[in-house]
Amino acid sequence: MTAAPVRAAVVVFPGSNCEHDVAHALARLGADVSLVWHTDDDLGPADVTVIPGGFAHGDYLRPGALARFSPVMAAVGRAALDGMPVLGICNGFQILTEAALLPGTLHKNRDLKFLCGPCEVEVTSTAAPLTRDLEAGRRLQVPINHFSGAYRCDDDTLGSLVEGANIVLRYVRNPNGSTADIAGISSAEGNVVGLMPHPERACDPLGATDGAPLLASFLAAGADRAGAGR
Amino acid sequence: MSRFEVLVEVALRPGIADPEGATIARALPALGFEGVSEVRVGKAVRLAVEAPDPEAAGALARRLSDRLLANPVIEQATVTVGGAEQVP
Repeated sequence: MTAAPVRAAVVVFPGSNCEHDVAHALARLGADVSLVWHTDDDLGPADVTVIPGGFAHGDYLRPGALARFSPVMAAVGRAALDGMPVLGICNGFQILTEAALLPGTLHKNRDLKFLCGPCEVEVTSTAAPLTRDLEAGRRLQVPINHFSGAYRCDDDTLGSLVEGANIVLRYVRNPNGSTADIAGISSAEGNVVGLMPHPERACDPLGATDGAPLLASFLAAGADRAGAGR
Repeated sequence: MSRFEVLVEVALRPGIADPEGATIARALPALGFEGVSEVRVGKAVRLAVEAPDPEAAGALARRLSDRLLANPVIEQATVTVGGAEQVP
């Protein structure tokens, strides 16, 4: 008997624009995906949650600043506290920092340029759901597409990120001035992950596929949790 | 009660790189403006706040600035309470 598919909730805000790409990529990897509108105060039956990229609430004030107050974020916060794997991609990463589910913030790119193109990242920690099935040091080509992607935090926070192995991905060649070349981090508990690159855009054999092992690893973490009794 | 004009200025904390300000600073000499040694770009938010006195209006503006208008990781807000008009 095959295991039941991993149930993935993909949160959609007004202004999100990567939710269908994420849903498509996760479904190809075998997940049972549902889109959850931002006014829902419940994620529905889910083993993992993804906040996709885009411009939630138009990025008014700051990226993620208003999305944090959408009703669904209370449900995401509860799920995160409960240990569910939660992934924020690009704008989703910005939202998770504004919601204080991840430390620090994403500042404007160093050269004030909107960056869009392939980008090489290196796995620096395998303690997070996103990278648990990969090897440290593995390099992946995953596209970036952002204006505010330079990770910033105070020195104490950076110290605890390093100490806790919570820096998940680093840029091989820093494109945006991000502190310590950070491309993705996890929460202290490890289950909440944010990254600026878009793994869902590198999941098709007709183009690039380096994003697939990241999302497959993330889903596997959800499957393990589901298998352990949810 | 009075209605106070309150100005909230949100700026990057000292020491946080401000690429927008730096770009403007580099453009100024090209236009013939000399003597500007630093440019920092922020946001100005004007509020109309009904409160019994200027202190209460300022305190409210500071609370909402810390909660929403500024991200304390890289930004700070300064609050200036201006003129008031009577509210019936």
